[in-house]
Amino acid sequence: MTLQSFVALREGWTPGRAAAALSAAPTALTLSNVSRRSFLEILGLAGTFTVMAPLAAGAYEPYPTGGEAMPRGLVWDPKVFVSIAPDGTVTITAHRSEMGTGVRTSLPMVLADELGADWAKVKIVQAPGDEPTYGNQDTDGSRSMRHHIQTMRVMGAAVRTMLEQAAAKAWGVPPSQVEARVHVVVDKATGRQAGFGELAKAAMDLPVPPIEDLVLKPESAFRYIGKGNVPLYDMKAIVTGTAVYGSDVRRPGQLYAVVARPPVYGGRAKSWDAAAAKAVPGVVEVIEIPGTPEPAAFMPMGGVAVVGKTTWAAIQGREKLNVQWEDGPNASYDSAAYAKRMREIAAKPGKVVRDQGDAEAALAKAAKVYTAEYYQPHMAHASMETPHALAIVAGGRCECWAPAQSPYAVRTDLAKFLGLDPADVTVHVTLLGGGFGRKSKGDFALEAAYLSKAMGGAPVLLTWTREDDLRNSYYHTTSVERIEAGIDEKGKVVAWRHRSVAPTILSTFAPAEHQFAIELGMGLVDNPFDIPNLRCENGAIKNHVRIGWFRSVSNIPRAWAVQSFVCELAHELKRDHKELLLELLGPPRKIDPVAAGIEGELWNYGDPYAVYPIDTGRLRAVVELACEKAGWGRKMAPRTGLGLAVHRSFLTYVASVAEVAVGKDGTVTIPRIDTAVDCGYAANPERIRAQFEGAAVMGQTLCFHSAVTFENGRAQQSNYHDYEMVRMTNFPREVRVHIVPHPFSVPAAGVGEPGVPPIAPAIANAIFAATGKRIRDLPIDTRLLREA
Amino acid sequence: MAIEFTVNGRAVRVEAPGEMPVLWALRDILNLTGTKYGCGIGACGACTIHMDGKAVLGCVVQLREAAGKSITTIEGLDPEGNHPVQKAWAQLGVPQCGYCQAGQIMRAAALLAEKKNPTDAEIDEAMAGNICRCGCYQRIHAAVRLAATGV
Ligand code: FES
Ligand code: FES
Repeated sequence: MTLQSFVALREGWTPGRAAAALSAAPTALTLSNVSRRSFLEILGLAGTFTVMAPLAAGAYEPYPTGGEAMPRGLVWDPKVFVSIAPDGTVTITAHRSEMGTGVRTSLPMVLADELGADWAKVKIVQAPGDEPTYGNQDTDGSRSMRHHIQTMRVMGAAVRTMLEQAAAKAWGVPPSQVEARVHVVVDKATGRQAGFGELAKAAMDLPVPPIEDLVLKPESAFRYIGKGNVPLYDMKAIVTGTAVYGSDVRRPGQLYAVVARPPVYGGRAKSWDAAAAKAVPGVVEVIEIPGTPEPAAFMPMGGVAVVGKTTWAAIQGREKLNVQWEDGPNASYDSAAYAKRMREIAAKPGKVVRDQGDAEAALAKAAKVYTAEYYQPHMAHASMETPHALAIVAGGRCECWAPAQSPYAVRTDLAKFLGLDPADVTVHVTLLGGGFGRKSKGDFALEAAYLSKAMGGAPVLLTWTREDDLRNSYYHTTSVERIEAGIDEKGKVVAWRHRSVAPTILSTFAPAEHQFAIELGMGLVDNPFDIPNLRCENGAIKNHVRIGWFRSVSNIPRAWAVQSFVCELAHELKRDHKELLLELLGPPRKIDPVAAGIEGELWNYGDPYAVYPIDTGRLRAVVELACEKAGWGRKMAPRTGLGLAVHRSFLTYVASVAEVAVGKDGTVTIPRIDTAVDCGYAANPERIRAQFEGAAVMGQTLCFHSAVTFENGRAQQSNYHDYEMVRMTNFPREVRVHIVPHPFSVPAAGVGEPGVPPIAPAIANAIFAATGKRIRDLPIDTRLLREA
Repeated sequence: MAIEFTVNGRAVRVEAPGEMPVLWALRDILNLTGTKYGCGIGACGACTIHMDGKAVLGCVVQLREAAGKSITTIEGLDPEGNHPVQKAWAQLGVPQCGYCQAGQIMRAAALLAEKKNPTDAEIDEAMAGNICRCGCYQRIHAAVRLAATGV
């Protein structure tokens, strides 16, 4: 999800301030024209910017994205991202974090292809957290490719042009006579050649050409972009065990730490037995970490740390601490009672967040009203690598290594926390062993820094154990979604009221009981259905745990509810599910958010609506494609079935058809899932497929296993034995990903997250087709599916 | 307590309590960080290594049980990545974040050392202890098959 608004909250950042900063920025770098132009368009101020340099024939004109509006925006200067050594090695900086999407490979690949580099001669270096230099680095919201594909291409083209200019100058011929090919520049008249390495120095000394002068390659000339033929840059390191994740950083003399944290959010340690912990061989020190009052944002929640010579010693010492806790105001949190309260709230009117037509009147007049309520519990990310960070705080400086999704936020938080100038703080970004939103929060890096400082500057590697990860997470929200549909005499759906009740992410930053635009825009107010009377409401409820974002965020409960409900309606109306879904999507059109009655501004994943509108034609197309590939309508054996769901999230359109077989004992197996994806231009289809294959598994996991429940304020799950994952014994045997082809001009959209939301409803709908049993609560209790 | 064993063909001597899991000795004393921590209770397979040729869980096996044994970690499987399992992994683009893959590869290599051509069900069963949160199972399964049939 986009954290633009969170960052704005935290930094007092506003578009107005950014605009002022932009207009005050030096104009030496002509490429910044791009940023200025597209940014002003986003703000609707393009008219005030009248002088625009004329474009060269065939010059590239970028489409605007939300990238410019992100804190510290986009950087288009190739001198920041690219260097070429005399031996021809092209070094490209990856400024986004690698957590499994392949972005550390894919973004440099885009630049390299446009540049004309031979991938075998490309080296990738990872940027530290440094947004003033690299632009926004906040790796979440499925934004990396969609905000940076254009900057990468344009920078590649700029360097290519500079190499050509350098060659033309060296040979004393007009630039039109030379042409860059693969890692060489060629004189078309004489055939002589110069390698990129030979030309590098002269080329990189040239001024960066303005974008108006750049001509990009035709797509037919791409060697890597759109091909899926470039393996992960880190492949060899991964398969030989030399890849460095946050947990793997080793510095001379380092110590290892774990922390006992309050089992209840907002609690604190009253007393503990430091001597007992220190008596454990290998334990070096016991240190209290002060907590931060609720809402704690990304500050440490506090607790008692044990520092040792090995992680194991620290873990053993922690067991001996015998901490007595003061639980604080959330001590009575009980997730089952809370679910009941959410249901009660959803039964009553809430704050209206979208009002189109008159849903109240239409429901009152309807021949029939159909109502259903869907539940989803808290979940934890449970990335295979738990949060880890190594910090060295000494001599007025802090150096930190962390698997951080948002390394610059970590850096500025560290500076604030330690009372240092950000210039004296370095955050190195390691590989992330999964992120899923958890590693957007830098609390674990702050804990490591606190401990290093307390240990007189010794390097300290902090490990969250799996138990810590599940008991002290920034949990995915829990929600009740209640939908009522009014149906007229002819069986047409004429009214729709959707009430959502869920503790908000905002509550982690400030007291709040209503969801905010970002959450509302994820499958609630952006409902694409062609129903004349459509109302969305949001009920108030207070949080009792830290709420964070989890891969695809509020889209999970919304798709779960809406896509299950459509299937229920189809059954009720004796219609084919696909046929009714298409009818509800209505004719191909772009939704007008104002006419749709959306309160305030529709949050469109932080991107300009004009570029990324809600297009029901594209929704329809992925439904058709997934159904065609899955053989929708084919005859199914007893206790097997097909289920369908479609959802737009992160500006990408996804439909999945799941095929299930339900055993007599209720066991659900999934022979196949067909997922159709329209993510705009597909820069690296091979990694896109991998993301959607993985999303199917994560969707299946949350469908059957994922629930963190609370009693007395304490999470009841602690490790993979009671917070299970789909495993090799029961994974979707075949996930087939069908990517809708587009030219580059169709803006790239999100890929990392949008595969998750349709999976659970597609599976539940298939289970219904197979058994006639409708499941509305996640995770699915398969005992309900046993044959009578 | 000093415990001696070999790791990746090299004789080592570790000063540590005998009940320390091998995982932590490898990672924090020998600085062999390729073997990963995922759960510490034998539930995820991230710490899978070979002890005398058999796949074992580094977080479960205690140091004292390793005395005199020969341990292979991912770093020692084939540092060039030319083991058939590693090659199959690369060829099929198995990893996403990659964190679980050392354990997956070690588990698969042990399986194939024992059974040249396992059935699908045998692959499932052998790999069932290894969680991949990124959800790479389809490719893991296919890569085990590919490694078995020839890369
Ligand atoms: S860390 Fe050993 S099985 Fe999970
Ligand atoms: S590749 Fe990320 S956990 Fe397996």
